[in-house]
Amino acid sequence: MKARAFSYFRPATIAEALAAFAEAAGDASYIAGGQSLVPALALRLQAPERLIDIAHIPELRGISLQDGSLRLGALTRHVEAHDDPLIARYAPLLALAAPHVAHPAIRNRGTLGGSVALADPASEFPAMMLAMDAEMEIAGPEGARRVPAAAFFQDLYQTAIEPGELLVAFHIPAAHPQHRCAFDELARRRGDYAIVGCGAMLGLEGGLVEEARIALLSVGPVPVRARTAETVLAGGVLDAETIRRAQAALADDLDPQDDEQVPAAMRLHLARVLLGRLLGRIAEAS
Amino acid sequence: MTAAVPVTLTINGETLTRLAEPRETLADFLRRDLGLTGTHAGCEMGVCGACLVMLDGVPVHACLTFAVQAGGGAVETVEGLSESAVIADLQRAFHERNALQCGFCTPGMLVTAHGLLVRKATPSREEIRDALSGNYCRCTGYEAIVDAIEAVARRRAAGETAAAFLEEPA
Ligand SMILES: Cc1cc2nc3c(=O)[nH]c(=O)nc-3n(C[C@H](O)[C@H](O)[C@H](O)COP(=O)(O)OP(=O)(O)OC[C@H]3O[C@@H](n4cnc5c(N)ncnc54)[C@H](O)[C@@H]3O)c2cc1C
Ligand code: FES
Ligand code: FES
Repeated sequence: MKARAFSYFRPATIAEALAAFAEAAGDASYIAGGQSLVPALALRLQAPERLIDIAHIPELRGISLQDGSLRLGALTRHVEAHDDPLIARYAPLLALAAPHVAHPAIRNRGTLGGSVALADPASEFPAMMLAMDAEMEIAGPEGARRVPAAAFFQDLYQTAIEPGELLVAFHIPAAHPQHRCAFDELARRRGDYAIVGCGAMLGLEGGLVEEARIALLSVGPVPVRARTAETVLAGGVLDAETIRRAQAALADDLDPQDDEQVPAAMRLHLARVLLGRLLGRIAEAS
Repeated sequence: MTAAVPVTLTINGETLTRLAEPRETLADFLRRDLGLTGTHAGCEMGVCGACLVMLDGVPVHACLTFAVQAGGGAVETVEGLSESAVIADLQRAFHERNALQCGFCTPGMLVTAHGLLVRKATPSREEIRDALSGNYCRCTGYEAIVDAIEAVARRRAAGETAAAFLEEPA
């Protein structure tokens, strides 16, 4: 099927983009990489009157380190998450997750902003933003604001972005050299959406876990922080017994539902298996 | 207002302007408006990889890009890559190893292989398989295709150029 007809506009600034959206009285969509939107238009799940192509707005680009925080423009592409040395060093969860997102050609065009704005619960990057305590910079007619990841993902495909607002950038507290990160997912086929995925970021100091941050994807309508498992890990030694207790604690953090593919109990089991693998990998490497 | 708009693109080295409806995908634009039917349209959902082209130096799905979005950019299709001989050795290796049957997937496979070898001169078989994860072949299976790409990477690493594999004119 083909997309319904629409008009196309390519703004050069955020202000122009916001004005173009307002002018369309809500019957518009922003398009960044288009890797989710174009199929949605082709299937006529969406049929906006106007498409506003934000891919050429310089303000939405750029990767830089400022005051201990990594700023990633919304237009940062998946392939850059994979390749960029600043991201590899200061936001390693993104670099570790990137190879699991779709296929290489999709990663060449898909943007972090598009992935996080869409907030598909099976997507890797939204969950990693949650694990990293990222803040989302959002621009709207009333000016700019910042929303922490914990308040950003609200429900299935629902975020703190109001219609017409633009996700401008991510602000990510820079990982320290003591941070150990791991990401993995269980998927039927390389590049498919995960049945369950997990990213873990542990601050290790003298053999002790100073800080633990864990987020899972594909376990509910929004990405989930495993706060109970984090509490189990924090302050202790990362040994087999602690890892077992963290795996067990996931039952308090996750509330997966049965679906046609995977029963809830199996999804919880797979999440535990995955968390065990990640923590084991971190323990072995440190 | 949804009328056709002028789109300027550099296609296989030649800059041209054509009218296109905003909803026309780059795949349809290449095939219908320019007659460049080497870019195949299969699923038109980003899943099969038959429609891959190089856009500004990297492989992208022509079915997941509207022609207007590509405006101002440089596109290389499988025709352009063939004519400039940059993939002549890949084409020869696919031929030698029977890495195709009906050939429907082949343009996308070649574009993926080209994009991969530009990024990484000597990928492992695992990396080649990973790069091909977005390309469906319904006839051949992937073993011969991986073999062909691996062989080309080795030959290039040993100093052979792509153009040396151009078919002799009949
Ligand atoms: C075959 C296939 C497999 C895929 N597999 C995966 C996968 O395994 N994991 C995964 O995470 N994704 C996957 N994707 C989706 C892909 O990663 C997309 O690139 C990504 O979800 C969206 O990024 P985009 O830049 O292309 O956004 P677009 O498609 O351009 O936009 C997506 C949505 O976000 C909105 N939007 C975009 N940018 C902004 C912004 N800055 N501010 C406000 N709103 C904005 C758009 O209006 C639209 O609603 C897959 C896609 C395909 C086609
Ligand atoms: S036609 Fe584009 S991926 Fe199948
Ligand atoms: S050769 Fe027929 S689809 Fe690959």
